[in-house]
Amino acid sequence: MSAFLALVGRDLALRGARGGLLLPLIFFALVAILFPFAVGPDPALLARIAGGVMWVAALLAALLPVDTLLEPDRADGTLDQFVARGTPLALVVVARTVSHWLGFAPLLLLTTLVASALLNLPAEQLPALVAGLAIGTPALAALGVLAAALTAGLRGAGGLAGLLVLPLALPVLIFGAGVLTAGPGETTAVKLLAAASLFLVAIAPIGAAAALRAALD
Amino acid sequence: MFEGLSFGLGAGQALLVTGPNGAGKSSLLRLLAGLLTPAAGEIANPFATAWLGHDNALKAERRLIDELRFWAAVDGTPAARIDAALDRFDLDAIAALPVRVLSSGQKRRAALARTWASGARLWLLDEPSVGLDVANVARLSDAMREHRAAGGLVIATSHVDIGLDDAAELAL
Amino acid sequence: MHRFANPARFLRIARVATPLCALLGLALLGLGLGWGLFYAPPDYLQGESVRILYIHVPAASLAMGGYVGVAVSAAVAFIWRHPLADVAARAVAPVGATFAAICLISGSLWGRPTWGTYWVWDARLTSMLVLFFLFLGYMALANAFDDRERGSRAAGILAIVGSVNIPIIKYSVEWWNTLHQGESIRIIGQSSIHPAMLQPLLVSWAGFSFLFAAIVLMRMRAQLADQLVAARAARLAGAHG
Repeated sequence: MSAFLALVGRDLALRGARGGLLLPLIFFALVAILFPFAVGPDPALLARIAGGVMWVAALLAALLPVDTLLEPDRADGTLDQFVARGTPLALVVVARTVSHWLGFAPLLLLTTLVASALLNLPAEQLPALVAGLAIGTPALAALGVLAAALTAGLRGAGGLAGLLVLPLALPVLIFGAGVLTAGPGETTAVKLLAAASLFLVAIAPIGAAAALRAALD
Repeated sequence: MFEGLSFGLGAGQALLVTGPNGAGKSSLLRLLAGLLTPAAGEIANPFATAWLGHDNALKAERRLIDELRFWAAVDGTPAARIDAALDRFDLDAIAALPVRVLSSGQKRRAALARTWASGARLWLLDEPSVGLDVANVARLSDAMREHRAAGGLVIATSHVDIGLDDAAELAL
Repeated sequence: MHRFANPARFLRIARVATPLCALLGLALLGLGLGWGLFYAPPDYLQGESVRILYIHVPAASLAMGGYVGVAVSAAVAFIWRHPLADVAARAVAPVGATFAAICLISGSLWGRPTWGTYWVWDARLTSMLVLFFLFLGYMALANAFDDRERGSRAAGILAIVGSVNIPIIKYSVEWWNTLHQGESIRIIGQSSIHPAMLQPLLVSWAGFSFLFAAIVLMRMRAQLADQLVAARAARLAGAHG
């Protein structure tokens, strides 16, 4: 457990040192600012697409640091150190998922408040958006780590990572958007989102650990 | 890469793996560390293992002391042992500096300090003396001698004499 | 030892099976398509455009079957490190992707006269589109590494993770579709197809399947030949130190 906490703490410190903590945030805010320019400032149109735009932005923000999630640890021998110590790679991967999530999601949820104003998100959708993102972003973080593990050792893996992850992230996106439009008292979408998110959080680290093992061999 | 290789090692013993470039010294050590899977045959390594590879696995952005403390947390070693390791490899003066500004010899010493502090019984050292000056090679020799006297094992590759006394030699 | 024995036995069988599958496939396909395009009755609702179903439906089922094939081969290759399974997974993927593309294109051509548009976010079309991207991801990852073994293992993991996700993706797409469109247009309902259309469909489906098998066998043989050439080159380089 202390190894796990040490890992998460070190990851966050490293992200902070590299200035990576603000990057997803700026990206997310930029999308929210760019969209009105792209589709026009019509408040009704913006209100209709705001929630979906923010979900897509969150998905892409989760993929943004994919080349720095695991590749540096592979390249500088850190992963070798873990394997030689007998530390399970699954533990490393889960810790990385947690730190990745902490690195982008909480601040992103805060930024949602600003972005929702910029995009004229209907006030009654805001709680659904924040709750949905809170449930769905762990799955997006897990998929980001999976993509990082699969592409460890490749240069310019960002585009490839998107191709690998986006089909798998589709259910989270669909159910997350469903939460936005669900009427009061309708909980189907939330339950489905939670189930899909839980499932991905459970299986992605298994795949990521296996992929990392293959990357070392 | 190699076939028909067999050896065993007991408490306090050491093995020096030698051979020309590309003979598979590093690969043999990686196999022993569990970093490679053998195509055939088996490796029995019942010991807690400390690995020192070509890469020092220290993050450039972090202070040396933070990195050593991190690995101590992973290994579950007490803080006092980190202080002793800093002392032993003459790192006290630079402990608070970020790894980025250290010389390659200083980084190597830090990686050796991590190996020493880990408390592992078996040390796997791949070219441990790279970048070290004479005084620090002597520190390395002392550390290995003491480790073996306490029942530890050392398997190392090296092109130069690292003072591994009466070690078995394996020429690849 | 089995590393060499198995591909060798496979090559012996494949040498006979490839032309057999190809000929059988072409013959059945000719029969099925000829029957379907010229003799089978037009649909009372959709008219002549229904005939594209003799290509569309087999392509859809072979694309899905192809992904199952990739995932199963990848799992066998991953767990038992069976070299032939990896060759099979890599050989099936582009063929499956092609059939997914044929399915999408034929579907959109059919959609133009029927729905009045080339693309509808229909649940089945959307699922097939996602499947197409899963194929592309597998292929891109498998070929992204200099080290073939590494690419195979990474892509294999992706295929396995993808295959356990497929039911969820499919369900989510259907759920999304009913949410946005109401019950989607279902002209071809379950088992409501007339025998006069079903028979040529089955024949052309069998023809496509044999053709699928023939192409996969061909690709596997080509890969094994490539490996042989590469191994020989490496030996030569080694001999000359």
